[in-house]
Amino acid sequence: MSSAIEPLGASIPRLEARDKVVGTARFVDDFVRPNMLHAAVLQSPYAHARIRSYNVEKARALPGVRAVVTGADVPVRRVGGMLKDETMLAHGKVRYVGEPVAAVAARDAETAQRAIGLIEVEYDPLPAVLTPDAALAPGAPILHEELASYVRTMEGGSQGNLMWHSRLVGGDVDTAWAKCDVILEGTFQTQAQQHAYLETNGVLAEVEANGRITVIAACQSVHHVQTRVADELGVPMSQVRAQVPRVGGGFGGKHATNIHSIAAWLARATGKPVKLILSRAMDMEMQKSRHPSRIRLKTGAMRDGIIIAREADITLDGGAYADESPNVLAFCSLMVRGPYRIPNYRVVSRAVYTNKLRAGSYRAFGNPQATFAGESQIDELAAKLGLDPVELRLKNAAQPGDRWVGGQTLHTCALRECLTEVRAAQKAAPPLPPPAPGRKRGVGFASTTSISGLMGTSASVHLRADGTVALNTGCVDIGQGSDTTMTQICAAVLKIPVERIAYAAQDSDVSPYNWKTAASRSTYMTGRAVQAAASVVRDKIMEHTAELLECAATDLELRPGGKVGLVGVPGKEVGFKDVAMRSLFQSGGPIVGYNGLVYDGEKFDPKRTLMERFAFPNLGVYTFGAICVEVEVDEMTGRAQVLRAWLAHDVGKAINRAACEGQIQGAFSHGLGLALYEQLVWDDDGRLANPSFADYRMPGIMDTPPQITPIILEFPEPSGPFGAKGVGEVPLPGVAPAIANAIVRAVGVRLKQLPMTPERVLDALEAKTP
Amino acid sequence: MAMRETLEYELTVNGEAIPVRARAEATLLEVLRTECGLTGSKRGCDQGVCGACTVQLDGRPVRGCLTLAANVGMRRVTTVEGISTGGALHPVQQALLETGAVQCGFCAPGFVVTLDAMLRENPHPTEVEVRHGLSGNLCRCSGYVKIVEAALRAAGAKP
Repeated sequence: MSSAIEPLGASIPRLEARDKVVGTARFVDDFVRPNMLHAAVLQSPYAHARIRSYNVEKARALPGVRAVVTGADVPVRRVGGMLKDETMLAHGKVRYVGEPVAAVAARDAETAQRAIGLIEVEYDPLPAVLTPDAALAPGAPILHEELASYVRTMEGGSQGNLMWHSRLVGGDVDTAWAKCDVILEGTFQTQAQQHAYLETNGVLAEVEANGRITVIAACQSVHHVQTRVADELGVPMSQVRAQVPRVGGGFGGKHATNIHSIAAWLARATGKPVKLILSRAMDMEMQKSRHPSRIRLKTGAMRDGIIIAREADITLDGGAYADESPNVLAFCSLMVRGPYRIPNYRVVSRAVYTNKLRAGSYRAFGNPQATFAGESQIDELAAKLGLDPVELRLKNAAQPGDRWVGGQTLHTCALRECLTEVRAAQKAAPPLPPPAPGRKRGVGFASTTSISGLMGTSASVHLRADGTVALNTGCVDIGQGSDTTMTQICAAVLKIPVERIAYAAQDSDVSPYNWKTAASRSTYMTGRAVQAAASVVRDKIMEHTAELLECAATDLELRPGGKVGLVGVPGKEVGFKDVAMRSLFQSGGPIVGYNGLVYDGEKFDPKRTLMERFAFPNLGVYTFGAICVEVEVDEMTGRAQVLRAWLAHDVGKAINRAACEGQIQGAFSHGLGLALYEQLVWDDDGRLANPSFADYRMPGIMDTPPQITPIILEFPEPSGPFGAKGVGEVPLPGVAPAIANAIVRAVGVRLKQLPMTPERVLDALEAKTP
Repeated sequence: MAMRETLEYELTVNGEAIPVRARAEATLLEVLRTECGLTGSKRGCDQGVCGACTVQLDGRPVRGCLTLAANVGMRRVTTVEGISTGGALHPVQQALLETGAVQCGFCAPGFVVTLDAMLRENPHPTEVEVRHGLSGNLCRCSGYVKIVEAALRAAGAKP
C-alpha cells in the first residue's frame, strides 16, 4: 500500500478495482442467506387488458411454494415521479406486455418459476395504442381512466392519453421569422434505447422479527429505494432499511423499479429472506427505455449566420407509466435551443401514454433527442448558408455571462474552446490510410451541453482515534467512480493519503441523505458536501492544535500526511492522532464534520422565459463540449462506421483524470449505440420483439473506434469542489448528430431518424440516386 | 415439465476437487456460483453473448452459461478467482486496475479470464489482435479503449 499523497486530479486506481478484477466484489446476486427463498414474477401477456380474475390455488399447492401475491392482494398505493400512476403489481388492468401481474416466493428458483406457470389470470383484452399518434387520436382507448384522480406533484395538463404538456417561450419567434434570411425546418425521430447495464436489476429483501425490512438493492440511491418501498408497502420509512452492494451499471435504469417492493412484500409474507434477480429478458421487458421521440424543429438565421430564432415541437413516447417522463420532457425542452445565443425560442412539448414499456431516466435524460435534432439542423443551416459548420457554431456559441433558457447566467462556458480543440486535434492527427474502393469518409461535428446539480445531498467526515478518517455520503457508485473521487476530495482537503480514509457503503440507516446518482451531480453536488464536511474537520483539528500549542489557529498550517505545524517553524508538529485522542478522551468530544446542501444556483426567471409545467426551480451548472468524428460509409452495404472520435469538455477540474476520461469514452459508446445500432422493437401486438442481448444489438469492441480521445479542459467552476463540474452525461448527446453530419459529408445523404442502420443509409442513398 | 434428475460428480476448479450435486441441466455458471461458492463469474445475458461468465476449460475460454456442468468431466476449470496466485495480481488484473479500465466491474471477471487465455496463446498481440480476442466480451461502461490499453500494457507492449 502506497502512502503517497497524490495530487488532486491524479488517475489513482479505483478503491474497489482490486475486488472487481479478482472476483470478490459483491453484487446483489452474490449474496445468499440461510433459508433464503427465490422469487419469480408473472408478466402480462397483453399490451392492454382488464384483469377479470386470478386463480392461484394450483401455484400455492405446489410443494416448495411459500407465498403467492397478485395485484388484488396489495392495497392500491400508486407511486411515480411527478405523477403517481403505477402500482407495484398491475391492479385492475395491465398496460404493457411484460408488466408484473403476480409474484411467487419458493424454496428455489426453479420451483418459483414452475409456480408462475400455474397461476391462472383471466383477462379481457382491450385495444392497445402503440404510438403517440395512435394514443392521441380521437376515440383512442385510454390507458389510465382514473388519471384525473391520481396524486401529482404539480399540474401537468394531463388528459386522456396525454401524460404531460409543457411550454417554454423566450423572446418573440413569430416576429423573428419575418427577419430571417434563411429558415430550416425538419422532423427528427429517435428510438427506444435500453440501458443494457450488464447486471440486471435485482434485490434481496430480509425481514426482522419485528417486521422491519432490509432491502439490498442494485440501485442508484438507497434513500430513493427506502422512500419508494415504504410508500408501496404503506409503512413509515423507519420500517425500511435500504442498502446497496456493488452495482453493475445503471445509466438511469436502476433509479426506480417495482421489484424492490415485490421482494419486500414476499419477505414480509413469508418471514424469510427473498431474492429476486431478473433474467435479461424480464429486465428488458419490465424495466425501462430511453424515450422514443419526434421533434419538429425550425431554425432561422441571418445571411451572415447569426441565428435568431428556433422553435420546437416535441413528442415523447412515455410508455404505460409516467415514471420520470415529465422531467425528461422538461430537460429535453430546456436543451433543444442548443448552447447558442438564440434570443427567440418557443418549445411546445408533450409526453404521451402508450401501451409499451415505460420510458424513463436514461443517461443524458432527453438531451440526446433534442441535440440530435438541433445539431443536425445546425449543419443543414451551414450548408444552406455556405458556411463552415464549426465556424457557424463558433459564431453563435454561448459565452460566459450569457443567460441560458430560463434566465440563468452562465458563469463558466468554454464551448468555443471545446470546438476549436476538437477541430485542431482532428487536423493534427496522422491521416488514416485511404478508404477501400466503394467506401467514403466524412468528418462531422456537434456541440453539446448538460448540467450538474439538482436537489439535496450531504456528507459526514469522522476523525478516528488513530488519526484516520471515515467518510460517509449517500452517493452510490454505479461504476462512475464516485467512491474514489469523493475520497480524493476528502484527502485533498485534509492533505492525507487516500489509504487513510475509509469510504462507507451506502445504507439508509446511516448514510447522510443524497437524492440519487443522476444528473451528472455526484462530483459537483456530493463533492461540494464532502469538501465542506472535510473542511469542518480540518478547522476543528486546527482549533485543538491551537489549544495544545497555546497559539492562535491562524499561526498554524496543515502539513501533508496528517500533521499540523506552526507556520515558519519546521518540525514543531502535532499529528491527527494526537488531536483525535485529545478529542475523544480529554476535551471537545469526537471530531465530526457534516455538510448538507440543496442545489442553490440561480432560479428560473419567469420574466425572461415563460415556463409552463416545469417542476424544478433551478437546474445546475452547465458543462459544455464538442465532438468530432471521422466516419466511413460503405456505399454497397450502407454500413457507417466511426473510425476516430475526439471529445472536448470543460469539466472545471478533473478530480481523477482516468475516471473522467472513462466517463467520456463510456458516454460516447452509449451515444454510438443510439446513433447506429440499438433499438427496442415491438410487434403489432405490443410484444417486445428483441428482449435479449442476442437480438438487441449494442456496440461491441469491433463496432467501437479504437481511438476515442478525451480532451479535458479545466476552467474552474467557482461553486464546484476544487472547481469541478460533472461529466457523466454531456459527452453522449453530441455523438449521433456528429455521426449524422459526417455521413452527409461522406455520401451526401442526411438521416433524420435513429438508428442510422445500413438499411436506412442504403434507402437514403437510393432515394438520392437519380 | 422435464424430468428433474439430480447428478453427483466432481469438478476440478482452480486446482481443487469439488464434489457437486446438481440438476442434470445445470450450467457450469450456475454450479460454480451456487455449488462451489465462486461468485466471481457473472450472469449477464444467459445467452453466451456478453462474456461476463467466461471461464477456462483446460486453459481455453468458454461461456459458463452455455456449458453444461455435467459435461465438463476431467477438464480443469479456471475461474477469475483462480487467475491470480499467491496474493499477487496477475499482470492483466494489475493493468486493468492501473489504466482505470474498470468501471462498474461486472464485466471485469470475463475480461480477465479471456485476456489471461489470450496472452498465454499470443504473448505479444497487436492492438487489432487484442480487439479480435475481446470481441466476445461486452462492456457497457468503458467504450473499451482503456481495456485494450490494459491488455497491451499487460503484454508488455507500449501502449
